[in-house]
Amino acid sequence: MQTKALPAAGASNWWKYAAPNTFYPLAGRMIPWFAAAAAVLCALGLYVGFFVAPTDATQGEAYRIIFIHVPAAWMSMFIYLVMAFWAGVGLAFNTRLSAMMALALAPTGAIMTFIALWTGALWGRPTWGTYWVWDARLTSELILLFLYLGFMALQAAIEDPRRADRAGAVLALVGVVNIPIIYFSVQWWNTLHQGASVSLTKAPTMATTMLTGMLLMALGFWMYSIAASLARVRSIILERERRTEWVRSLA
Amino acid sequence: MIATVAAVVRRDLLLAARQRADVANTLLFFVVVVTLVPLGVGNEPNLLRSVAPGVVWVAALLAAILSLNRLFAADFADGTLEQMLLAAEPLPLIVLGKIAAHWLVTGVPVTVVSAVLGVMFDLGAGPTLVLMASLAVGTPILSLLGAVGAALTLGLRGGGVLISLLVLPLYVPVLILGAGAVEATAAGLGGAAHLLLLAGLALFAVVLTPWAVAAALRISVE
Repeated sequence: MQTKALPAAGASNWWKYAAPNTFYPLAGRMIPWFAAAAAVLCALGLYVGFFVAPTDATQGEAYRIIFIHVPAAWMSMFIYLVMAFWAGVGLAFNTRLSAMMALALAPTGAIMTFIALWTGALWGRPTWGTYWVWDARLTSELILLFLYLGFMALQAAIEDPRRADRAGAVLALVGVVNIPIIYFSVQWWNTLHQGASVSLTKAPTMATTMLTGMLLMALGFWMYSIAASLARVRSIILERERRTEWVRSLA
Repeated sequence: MIATVAAVVRRDLLLAARQRADVANTLLFFVVVVTLVPLGVGNEPNLLRSVAPGVVWVAALLAAILSLNRLFAADFADGTLEQMLLAAEPLPLIVLGKIAAHWLVTGVPVTVVSAVLGVMFDLGAGPTLVLMASLAVGTPILSLLGAVGAALTLGLRGGGVLISLLVLPLYVPVLILGAGAVEATAAGLGGAAHLLLLAGLALFAVVLTPWAVAAALRISVE
C-alpha cells in the first residue's frame, strides 16, 4: 500500500480516512466519545421528560412516551437517507468503505423503525384505545421497516461482498426514489378511506420543557446511532479485510 | 432503436408461445387466488363488492411476483443474457424489450380476465371498466419495478421469496392507486385522478427502471 501524501496546504488530508485500514482506528477512537455523549444526552433528556416536563392537559402521563417515540421516528427516516447516500457513493466511486457504512447503518435504522412502531402502539392504546390504526404515518413507517428488512435480506443472500454491496446500493437507491411516492400515496389512501377517526396531529403548542426534552433525546439518539454504526462498521471491516496484513498484525 | 426493442419482444413472445403452460399457470394462479377470497370472507354480496377491487389488485401483484423469476432466469442459464450484456445495442433498450414482452404475457391476460372477475363480484359495468383500465395502466409498473428485483436476485438461493420481500413494498403506490380508482368510481367520485396518477407513475417507471435493471444485471452477471 503505497499512498503518496498529497501536498495539502496546511490541512491534513481527510480523504485518507476513506481507506478501511485508516478508518478502523479512527472509528475506534471516536466511538467512546459518541457513546458517552449518547448516554449523557439520553439521561438528561429522560430526566427532563419524566420529572421536569409538565403533565399533558389532554393525554395525561401517557404522552411521555413521545420522548422516545418521536426521536426514533426521526432517526428511522433519516438513517434510510444516509444509508442510501453512502450506498450511492459506494456505487459511483467504488469505495469499499462507503458500502460497508451503508451495510452498518441498516440494522440501526431498522431498530429505530421498530422502536417507533412499538412505542407508537403502546402510546396508541391509552390515547386512542387501540394499539394500531391504519393511519398514513403508521402504515408508511411499517413499509419503511419492510424496505430496511428487504435491504438486509438481499445483502445477506449474496455471498460475494462486492456483488452484495452493489446490489444493495441499487435497491437502496430505488427505495429512496420510491419513499416519497409511497408516503404520499399512503396519505391519499388514508383520506379516501376515512377509516381512522383519530388524528395524529397534536396540540399546536408544546411546553418549552417538553420540546427541550425531545430535542435532548433526539440528539442522544443521533449520538447512539453514530456510535452503534461505527462499532458495526469496525467489525464489518475486520471481517472483510481479514486476509490483509494490517488486520493480521492486530491479532 | 425500435428495431432492437421489437426484435427482443418478438423473441420473448415466441419463447412464451412455445411454453404456453408457464403463461397459463400465472393466469390460473391469479384466478384461483381471487376465487379463494369469497370462500374465506363469506358470500355476502355487498361485502364482496367492496373488497373486490383490492382483492383483484392484490392477486395481480402476487401473480406478477410469481412470474418474475421467468424474466431473466432462462436467459441467464443458457448464456443468452451474457450475449445481451455484450451486445452493441444499449442494454436498457434490450431490457425494455424484455419487460414489454413480460407485460404482454402476464399483465395483458390478467387485465382481460379481470372483466370476468368483475362480473363474478357484481361490480357493475362502470367500475369493472375502470378496474380493467387501472390494470391496463398499472400492470406495466409491476413488470418494470419487478424487473429490478428479478435482476438483483438473479441466480441467488431462495430468489423467489427474496423478490417478493424486495418488490412488494415498492408496489404499494400501484396497489393504492389501482384499487382506489375502482373504489372512487363505485362511490360516484370518478376514478380519473387515480388513473392519471397511475399513468404518470407508469411513464416515470418506463423512463427510469430500465437503467436500474441494466445496472443490476451487470452487477449480478459480472
